[in-house]
Amino acid sequence: MLYIKCPYCGIRAQTEFAYGGDATVKRPELNKEITDKEWDEFVYLRKSLRGKHLEFWHHISGCRQWFKVQRDTTTHEIFKTLKPHEEL
Amino acid sequence: MSQNFRLEKEGLINRSKKISFKFNGKSFFGYEGDTLASALIANGVHLVGRSFKYHRPRGFFGAGVDDPYALVQLIRNNESIPNVKATEQELFEGLEAKSVNCWPNVNFDIGGINNFLRIFLPAGFYYKTFMWPKSFWYKIYEPFIRKAAGFGVVSHEPDKERYEHKYEYCDLLITGSGPSGIASAYSAAKNGAKVILAEDKPRFGGSLLTSDVNIGNESGKEWADKIITELKSMPNVVVKNRAQVFGYYDHNMLVMSERLTEHLPKSDKFTPKQKLWYIRAKEVVISSGSIERPLVFGNNDTPGVLLSSAAKEYMKVYGVLVGKKPIIFTNNDSAYETAIEFKKNGIDPVVLDSRKELSSDLINEAKNLNIKIKFEHVVVNANGYRKVKSADIAKISDDKTAIGKVEKIECDCICVSGFWTPTIHLASQSGGKTKFSKEIDAFLPDKSKQNETTVGSANGIFNLQDTLNNSFEVGYNLSNKITKKENKQSTPTVVEKKSSKHDKFWCVPLPEGKKYKRFLDFQNDVSVSDIEIALKEGYRSIEHVKRYTTLGMATDQGKTSNLNGLQLVSNIENKVVPEVGHTTFRPPYTPVSIGAIVGREIGKHSKPLRKSPMHSWHENNNAVFVDAGLWLRPRYYKRGNENLFDASKREAMNVRKNVGVCDVTTLGKIDVKGPDAAEFLNRVYTNAWLKLPVGKARYGVMLREDGIVMDDGTTTRVSENHYHMTTTTAQAANVLSHLEYYLQIVWPELNVNVVSTTEQWAGAAIAGPKSRDLLQKLFPDLDCSNEGLPFMGFVETKLFGVYARIFRISFSGELAYEVNVESNNGNFMWEKIIEIGEEYKIQPYGTEALSTLRIEMGHVAGSELDGRTTPYDNSLEGLLSKKKDFIGKRSLQKEAFIASKREKIVGVVPLDKKTSIPEGSYIVRDANSKLPIPKLGHVSASCWSVEYDNPFSLAIIKDGKNMIGQKLFALSPLKNKSIPVEIVSSHYVDPKGERVRS
Repeated sequence: MLYIKCPYCGIRAQTEFAYGGDATVKRPELNKEITDKEWDEFVYLRKSLRGKHLEFWHHISGCRQWFKVQRDTTTHEIFKTLKPHEEL
Repeated sequence: MSQNFRLEKEGLINRSKKISFKFNGKSFFGYEGDTLASALIANGVHLVGRSFKYHRPRGFFGAGVDDPYALVQLIRNNESIPNVKATEQELFEGLEAKSVNCWPNVNFDIGGINNFLRIFLPAGFYYKTFMWPKSFWYKIYEPFIRKAAGFGVVSHEPDKERYEHKYEYCDLLITGSGPSGIASAYSAAKNGAKVILAEDKPRFGGSLLTSDVNIGNESGKEWADKIITELKSMPNVVVKNRAQVFGYYDHNMLVMSERLTEHLPKSDKFTPKQKLWYIRAKEVVISSGSIERPLVFGNNDTPGVLLSSAAKEYMKVYGVLVGKKPIIFTNNDSAYETAIEFKKNGIDPVVLDSRKELSSDLINEAKNLNIKIKFEHVVVNANGYRKVKSADIAKISDDKTAIGKVEKIECDCICVSGFWTPTIHLASQSGGKTKFSKEIDAFLPDKSKQNETTVGSANGIFNLQDTLNNSFEVGYNLSNKITKKENKQSTPTVVEKKSSKHDKFWCVPLPEGKKYKRFLDFQNDVSVSDIEIALKEGYRSIEHVKRYTTLGMATDQGKTSNLNGLQLVSNIENKVVPEVGHTTFRPPYTPVSIGAIVGREIGKHSKPLRKSPMHSWHENNNAVFVDAGLWLRPRYYKRGNENLFDASKREAMNVRKNVGVCDVTTLGKIDVKGPDAAEFLNRVYTNAWLKLPVGKARYGVMLREDGIVMDDGTTTRVSENHYHMTTTTAQAANVLSHLEYYLQIVWPELNVNVVSTTEQWAGAAIAGPKSRDLLQKLFPDLDCSNEGLPFMGFVETKLFGVYARIFRISFSGELAYEVNVESNNGNFMWEKIIEIGEEYKIQPYGTEALSTLRIEMGHVAGSELDGRTTPYDNSLEGLLSKKKDFIGKRSLQKEAFIASKREKIVGVVPLDKKTSIPEGSYIVRDANSKLPIPKLGHVSASCWSVEYDNPFSLAIIKDGKNMIGQKLFALSPLKNKSIPVEIVSSHYVDPKGERVRS
């Protein structure tokens, strides 16, 4: 079971969190004309990375904040956790 | 039966307390402190079971967790427990055990014929044999294999025992209470660290219980007892016996199973059988010790062949002789301790040492005791079927490839010692690397990944003084890192005997013309020839060899077989062992009861239970409940002998005719507040929200980004910047997370807050033509007319002095209102509605009637919004704004979504107006066409229409709009039904929606 540092609450057990997907994907702006391909990439296409991965987690049984986690997908090592709009 | 093999004095058992037990129906007795294994051996019983594949006789090979054989079926407190290790099961009064994997009994086992068929049962036998013909699998092969496979029998009764979970945090977790574990625990605890010391056996001390050493001026055991007593008295230390740390998981979390009452005849009321500890440790000290390696020779699985360390433990701990004519076969010094122990107890052993004559403290002591030693000699074969009767021995050549003349000597046990294998399971599970040590011919922990340190013989240190020096230092350094204290303990001085080097020799060559089975893996019957076949057939990776031959699998996990298997592969392949590598060590190290993993989360405790504030009223009024997510909701209110069908029909009919009331507390409720709330809703929902006035509600649909409908519900503008959103019961949690995601990540510029208010409000839906009259009576001061409170209107008011909100919304399609009050007033509201509603013939209705009402109105719910349907499929296109963007809108342009023959929601009525259509039925054009019948769609929800008194269903079918009026079939292969049906509009009742606006 992972030990995750919520940027707002501190270190908590994984059971308090929900995984929230790739954090490098940006939603296209509203009302912007984009191609089918761009939209499909946003909706469906994700890299299945081996190694360092920046991802969202949601402190669902805690402060209910979304935040970013940089985690190694093979070793589960967590390098850093960030608030949603902080950059690495 | 008398205990012929019990020593008079030796051992740690309590001879003043006799314990009687039964094995295979026969009565025996042992002493307090015995294991089932030691008590059986004391009584001369060596045959405990049959092996997995060949049903060969099985005895005892170890004295604890290392034993691969001695699995029995245990009967304790009227419960039958499979696969209990006799070497671990402590004896208690009235214990009953039976042999497994044998029929009719362990002495004469029909399955033993496999032993003679074994040339037909080589490695990969199952993979090769049961491939064809395909049709044989279900009827012949599988039932046969199932019957033949496995050891114990699982009880079909529910487990009556209690299991618990515990979460614990500590500075240092120390796994094993041998000398290294005790030393590091003591050193760390004295330096102020919070320590947990776990020992899987009942007794603390590990090798100190059986080795002849002195620490300071005490014996090893006295020293261990003294330190353990002191540790137990320290407030910062938890000391646990019968506790196996079996798994090392991520981020320094380890799991330990503690056996609390298995050594007693039964559990008392307040003590669980087992406790599973989830331990998050800052540092882990792995002091799991080492297991003796077997030597491989012909028929080395015969009962009576066992590890020399086990023979010593049976003598020193249990006061039991494993035999009276022992042969000790070794490639190293440690077996001499066993020989000396035999001699001290008046037994004359013969030692066969594969090495050239050499001297050391131990060998010299054995010589001085006149123990017969034959250097450069090996056991070639063990003779005897149910028990060893004699051994074929021979001289072995210098290069260990040739044996001399075979000579037969009588014996009743063969104690083998192939040096020591460090138990590195936990270290490897932690993700740390391993390295092969040529010094000890075994793998050792290498670079750590997590915060763990391996000490003692688990780290290849077999000398006690070095072990203590190192462990005291490790305990101090690790605790110092955490506590910053500097209380250092001095390491005591050890008096021990020095050992000479072991021989790199494990597998005895076969004599000319003999084809003895030489076993590597005793639990899975894997022999040298099986490995040879696998390699011949081209298996190279050790992981593949393992799976093909079953080497190192099952409950044993290769504890004794692993290294001998690797050594053999490396010899055949002419590789060194590190090139061959080892298979992955996976938790659990020892089997764990499923009960312990589940803990208290069984039955009603398996998930939280949510009840509405009106729950007890429902209970008192004959409600029959149904699970709705975590909620318990009334399904119907039973009157007299009514069944579900009758009751729900009555309740629904009453809503259509008079007025009904339904508990809708479970609907998800979310407060949306802030200056940008309207803009936010406008992006979240598919329809327009910017112009919704205060005091009005609106129905909304939200999509996922992929264009699939996520949820629907009404949202009401309570005040300028405050909206009250409702969601379906099932999606409440998902919708909240979804909203938070967009607010926190995608559009942080929006000034909006959302919070769940589901539990803050109790809700009652009042529906039916008489609902307005009832409402007026409930709220006499309120203008309840169609003008005063129009459809989709909202007011805040008081219900007999209690704050209340009224929403004029309808799910039933009738004139209806939803009244919300604060949760603690829920019951008051409900009782008032029932009391005043009496004159309007009010009846409460449950979820079944609720469904009926919505289905015949064609309102979509969870069974249509099933995560696969678009707004078009559900005929919700009227709610898709063309003017603005919203979540998922771009996906709606997808070709597949707007294809002309796409699925659409329709109504379905059976032609005979009698036969109910099972939910999930397929809609097909021709029920008699060739298989597979092309499927047009499926029935999503069914009810008995109370309006028309016939069955009615909703279905989502291809090109639904153009199917209306067509006669098709509903097929339910599950219920074996084929029903001729007509497709109609999904809006079966009041298609224009006049009632809700009346």
